[in-house]
Amino acid sequence: MESFKGLFDHYNYVVTIVLMIAGLYIVIARGNMIKKLVGLMLFQTSVYLLYIAPGKVIGGTPPVLDAKFTVYSNPLPHVLILTAIVVGVATIALGLALVTRIHEAYGTIEEDEIFARDEQE
Amino acid sequence: MSALTAQLPGLQVVIPLLGAVVAAFIRRGTIAWGWATLITAMTPIVAFALLIQVWTGGPISYHMGGWPPPIGIEYRVDLLNAFVLVLVSLVSAIMMPYARRSVAHEIDGDKQAWFYCMYLLCLTGLLGITITGDAFNAFVFMEISSLSSYVLIAMGRDRRALVAAYQYLIIGTIGATFYVVGVGLLYLVTGSLNFADIALRLGEASAVYPRPVLAGLAFLFVGISLKLALFPLHVWLPNAYAYAPSFATAFLAATATKVAIYLLLRVIFSIYGVALDLKTLPVSAVLYPLSIAAMFIASILAVYETNLKRMLAYSSVAQIGYITLGIALMNQAGLTGGIVHLFNHALIKGALFLALGAILYRAGTIKLEQLGGVGRTMPLTCAAFVVAGMSLMGVPGTAGFISKYYLIVGALNAGMWPIAFLIVASSLIALVYIGRAVEVAYFRPVSSAVAHAKDPPLLMLVPLLVLAFASVYFGIDTELSAGVAGRVAETLLSGLKVGGAN
Amino acid sequence: MKFDLILRVGVKLMIPFMLLFALYVQLHADYGPGGGFQAGVITAGAVIVYALIFGIEEAQRVVPKRLVELLVPLGVLIYAGTGLLGILFGKNFLDYSVLGANPPLARERGILFVEIGVLLTVSSTMVALFYAFSERGR
Repeated sequence: MESFKGLFDHYNYVVTIVLMIAGLYIVIARGNMIKKLVGLMLFQTSVYLLYIAPGKVIGGTPPVLDAKFTVYSNPLPHVLILTAIVVGVATIALGLALVTRIHEAYGTIEEDEIFARDEQE
Repeated sequence: MSALTAQLPGLQVVIPLLGAVVAAFIRRGTIAWGWATLITAMTPIVAFALLIQVWTGGPISYHMGGWPPPIGIEYRVDLLNAFVLVLVSLVSAIMMPYARRSVAHEIDGDKQAWFYCMYLLCLTGLLGITITGDAFNAFVFMEISSLSSYVLIAMGRDRRALVAAYQYLIIGTIGATFYVVGVGLLYLVTGSLNFADIALRLGEASAVYPRPVLAGLAFLFVGISLKLALFPLHVWLPNAYAYAPSFATAFLAATATKVAIYLLLRVIFSIYGVALDLKTLPVSAVLYPLSIAAMFIASILAVYETNLKRMLAYSSVAQIGYITLGIALMNQAGLTGGIVHLFNHALIKGALFLALGAILYRAGTIKLEQLGGVGRTMPLTCAAFVVAGMSLMGVPGTAGFISKYYLIVGALNAGMWPIAFLIVASSLIALVYIGRAVEVAYFRPVSSAVAHAKDPPLLMLVPLLVLAFASVYFGIDTELSAGVAGRVAETLLSGLKVGGAN
Repeated sequence: MKFDLILRVGVKLMIPFMLLFALYVQLHADYGPGGGFQAGVITAGAVIVYALIFGIEEAQRVVPKRLVELLVPLGVLIYAGTGLLGILFGKNFLDYSVLGANPPLARERGILFVEIGVLLTVSSTMVALFYAFSERGR
């Protein structure tokens, strides 16, 4: 029972891990290049959660200084993840751009078909 | 002057960054090349100035925006990263003149300027990873360099370059994300992102949270290993190197993996080694088998490869095995061997890939079976290839010999003579694959593809010869390579929690 | 969609407010949530909605491709230039204290300049991405 309680107390980590494994599974198991990118996005999102969730201080307010409040949430994880989100957007955009070009060059975005076409050459 | 000296760590990254931004305004390939060459030429000057400063005066700490660490981002230059900075910037500066003809030959006119912009951005990222003392900042620079290198690879002429870039993007992003997860776990237990500060707090944190600390190491290790193409995680590398434009291949082979290895050294020796006893962590136990597997399996794959670029790419995986073996040994000679091989391998692989680029430029192919007799029609290029190839095997008197000598001494000092034997044995496989190329180049009748080929123009030939010469020169004068590497190893080992005993 | 009256009029009414809201998010970020990233995406959103309804040619007449390609590096240049001011005046890179007499004023200015750079780069990058993808396959 003790371990179940631990899971519920740290449910944010449970969600993080589920997202992470799901994303990684899609990247590995799917042959469709767009689906792989979707998996990659899910995988990155889990990391955002890993950083952001512990940054919340219970009872804390947003970190804008005001005489009425003394407890603030930690703003640093948000800043870090803002950067990571931008990096993630850039990665996905570049990945999609590559998929577009691959589709133009090969006429398909299924990995096994692409490898088959390369084999023929 | 002193005001400028104090700014050197900042300038090391700011110069190529501004260079990349300005290059994005340029539309003509030749002008962009001139600009990129100028910017690249400035970086080794800064790097050497930093190395001298660190060599005489000890580590430098530069506070971004005037915020002191651990709150602000710190650029921290010590002997290890000053050495890597010199390596990366110097090799890039030597290679730059080569780029013009090669890039003009392989990339469409309207995309050339973008190529140089991406190259400068990649250089910024690599120098940034090396110089920063902040774990998250290192991630941002890692992604800057990775994203631009995907573009560099995708610019290859072959459509397979696109698939190679895509695969590298997937694996590279997973690697970087693993790295961030590792950093995140360390941040959760220590509350800091500064390498030195994490190291300071990690010992205490690991007593309270042993599992996240260990999991953090695993994530960092796997993430960085994906980037540096440690053996079973190397699958992205052969295709990426094979189909990228020649200059991009040479540049990435000489610098990108080396910077990833630097980051691994930093994580193992400057964070975990300082805070915990490395003997209790499974670092060596993982690195030994993987390194040895890399040395043999990748070398054997190289023997059976007929595309010369892919052959050298597999050879890169094998050579990275030597470097990680040096890290696994964790004694003075072994670590010196690993670090000095980092330096030597960059020169050797740079020279070899430039030679292949020159052959591709003149003969239009790098398929082994079509290159019969190329040694006679392109004498200087092939001579450089042979010299660098000998250095790769570790023939006495070349740079490769120095690294292998230190590695073997390190293995013997650690009391592991079978490893010393394996190092020699795997070098013989390098003899086979380089020898096969030499046999085709010199002892076969001249084939139709290379009949009208001749040595490339001077602008391409000189960087190639300089790098080939360097791969011999650093086998004779070892002050810059082994001398610095020895002191780096000494500092790293003396900083460990339980001293650098064998 | 080009000839759907409600969409055309609705979007025409919306776009000025979107741009205004972007400016609000950009400039009010000193006192509340917001900043260059968010404002940049909202600005780009306005252009993209316009392109969706009125067609990409019409959008490129208003926001030409060349301008977009110029703005991407320009934003970074503003950012890096702000940082470089620190070095020029003998302080570290990105040290805002050289921009004003007292620290709060100097920081406010520094952050303002940097955020303008971020706004330009983010918005133009988003539009550039949209243009690049929507022009493919025609």
